[in-house]
Amino acid sequence: MNVDVFEDERQHHFVLNMGPQHPSTHGVLRILLEMDGEYVLDPQPVLGYVHRCHERMGEFKPAKAFMPNVARMDYLGALIYNQGYAMLLERAAGIEVPKRAEYIRVITSELNRIQSHLLWYGAYLLDLGAFTPIMYTFDDREHILDMLEDVCGSRLTYCYSRVGGVCKDIDDKFIERARAFIERLRSRFPMYEDLVNGNVIVQKRMQNVGEYTPELCARFGVTGPLLRATGVEYDLRKAEPYSVYSEFDFEIPTEKKGDAWAAFNVRFREMEQSLRIVEQALDKLPDGEVMAPKVPKKLKLPQGDYNCSVEAPRGELSYYLVSDGSDTPYRIKVRTPSYSNLSVVPELCKGMMIADVVTCMGALDLVIPEIDR
Amino acid sequence: MAVIGAAVLIFGNALVMGYMERKLAGHYQRRTGPMEVGFHGILQLVADGIKLMAKQLIIPAKADKPLFMLAPILSFAPVFLPLLVIPFSDRIQAFDLNVGLLFMLAIASVNVLAVLMGGWASNNKYSMFGSFRAVAQSIAYEIPMLLSLLAIVFMTNTFSLRGVMEAQNVWFIFLQPVAFLIYLVCMVAETNRAPFDLPEAESELTAGFHTEYSGMGFSLFMMAEYTHMLIASCIATVFFLGGSSGFPLPYFEYTGIIWFLLKAYAFMFFLVWIRWTFPRTRFDQLMNLCWKYLLPFSLVNLLITVVVVKL
Repeated sequence: MNVDVFEDERQHHFVLNMGPQHPSTHGVLRILLEMDGEYVLDPQPVLGYVHRCHERMGEFKPAKAFMPNVARMDYLGALIYNQGYAMLLERAAGIEVPKRAEYIRVITSELNRIQSHLLWYGAYLLDLGAFTPIMYTFDDREHILDMLEDVCGSRLTYCYSRVGGVCKDIDDKFIERARAFIERLRSRFPMYEDLVNGNVIVQKRMQNVGEYTPELCARFGVTGPLLRATGVEYDLRKAEPYSVYSEFDFEIPTEKKGDAWAAFNVRFREMEQSLRIVEQALDKLPDGEVMAPKVPKKLKLPQGDYNCSVEAPRGELSYYLVSDGSDTPYRIKVRTPSYSNLSVVPELCKGMMIADVVTCMGALDLVIPEIDR
Repeated sequence: MAVIGAAVLIFGNALVMGYMERKLAGHYQRRTGPMEVGFHGILQLVADGIKLMAKQLIIPAKADKPLFMLAPILSFAPVFLPLLVIPFSDRIQAFDLNVGLLFMLAIASVNVLAVLMGGWASNNKYSMFGSFRAVAQSIAYEIPMLLSLLAIVFMTNTFSLRGVMEAQNVWFIFLQPVAFLIYLVCMVAETNRAPFDLPEAESELTAGFHTEYSGMGFSLFMMAEYTHMLIASCIATVFFLGGSSGFPLPYFEYTGIIWFLLKAYAFMFFLVWIRWTFPRTRFDQLMNLCWKYLLPFSLVNLLITVVVVKL
């Protein structure tokens, strides 16, 4: 890209290359910022640094064997990706999942969501220059990872859901630890609220930064906490309750303003709601099997198109699968939330100061491997 | 003799501060900080110093080589001078200049030039950003800083630091609380420490003006920063906390330095404390704070002081 020979007034501008190795892009996102002094005139994201051809891989292996791949797309919401993909195949093959397995999926998914939000919380404040909160959120997050490690066998890129259930039942120890964790995190929220959310510097850095409207969200397909920060109460767990979400009592936190501060608060309050779901699910947890009987080893999906959407930590996650009748999908398309959320950056960050670009990108909560797949 | 003393103080301060900062940061963050080298990691900074000295000096291909080499030296070399006029106790002071305060502030602002040189010569956009911010910030904050100190100069009728120290029957922090608060904020901004560490804002500018510096170049900048913290703390001690005054110890004309350093390091502790607690402000917010709040308040404070002194 030749940027030195602008003929017009742009010759006074210069291009700052932010990333792919930059402390606040969290991974390998690269953004070209055309700048005039401290102000950003034209931010352009450049993608493709961690593209691993996951969707293409899906066309060459049996549908069941694609499960580990989906976990590697969003390393922070792997269980939710697992759940969504398992639901897709179950829907395609017409397999009934035992109730207990559904509950376990919800419990682990919600813990996974809390874990993702905790990491975002710390990392976002790190972007704003506060070094300490991330150590506290990692401390909390560690409990979730330990719990999930015991039941799933890994700490980030889980492969826990199976077609027809989950691979391993949870035991009393897990339930005990989950309850203890709920208590612990609830007792920590007031501390976070006092020390971070109540801090005037934090508020001034986020308020009125990167304001956007529901219309912009509709144009770019922005979903998840970012959409809810504009006042639209759209959460797939409520809007189209999948799995057993209709059996729980929880709220969808929303804010009016649609700026970084609103998104920040929506995510923070979502953690409390997720805790409520986990608590109720633990109370109501039914007995029984965790795997459906008679799931065929070689899963042949009937010819046709299948679709399944779930609410990932960052927004709506959709799988679209075209089957030609064999056990290998003809085509898999994954609609990941971060990709759509990133696409508002050129619109949103125009005319901002560079510090606000960092604030804005942090509020989007991007996971780069999910964008590049 | 005085220069040797100053050199000992500078390097000793860099070691103590480096260790204190890392250890305190560790404890704020629920970890232990350095533990491996020596008892509870006391020798960590010595090991780091050796490592930094042994490191290769990397000069970017298109950097302005002479300026690039000169900048860290220019940043570090003058920091000896302000220490010479500080009255650490009744007898420990190299020179008692009658314009001591002006001398200290003048020397301390040479650092801005060094930062600008370093950022410009690095031929790196992030460095350039950092140094531009440093210049704007330092120049802006020097004004309310000086105005808040001037209020005390009007009360004592002297620029000499010894004169100010001896004039305090009551510590000036009680007589001039507004000036003290303004000075405290300006001190953080002048030393480029968080939450006003815009010139090196890590998450925006990678490392700001010293992005391209490695080895000794980097460590000279770091030592200069720590020494500037010490100097700013010493000024605060002399002007607001009565310098070396305190409970009398034997040979007090010498041992007063103990009280002096305790007070100065209390300020240093404060600087470390807020660094690891607060997030960074934005650049326009930083400037607003200075021009819209600190400057008017310090002017009003100065005016009130003048009126009261005249009466």
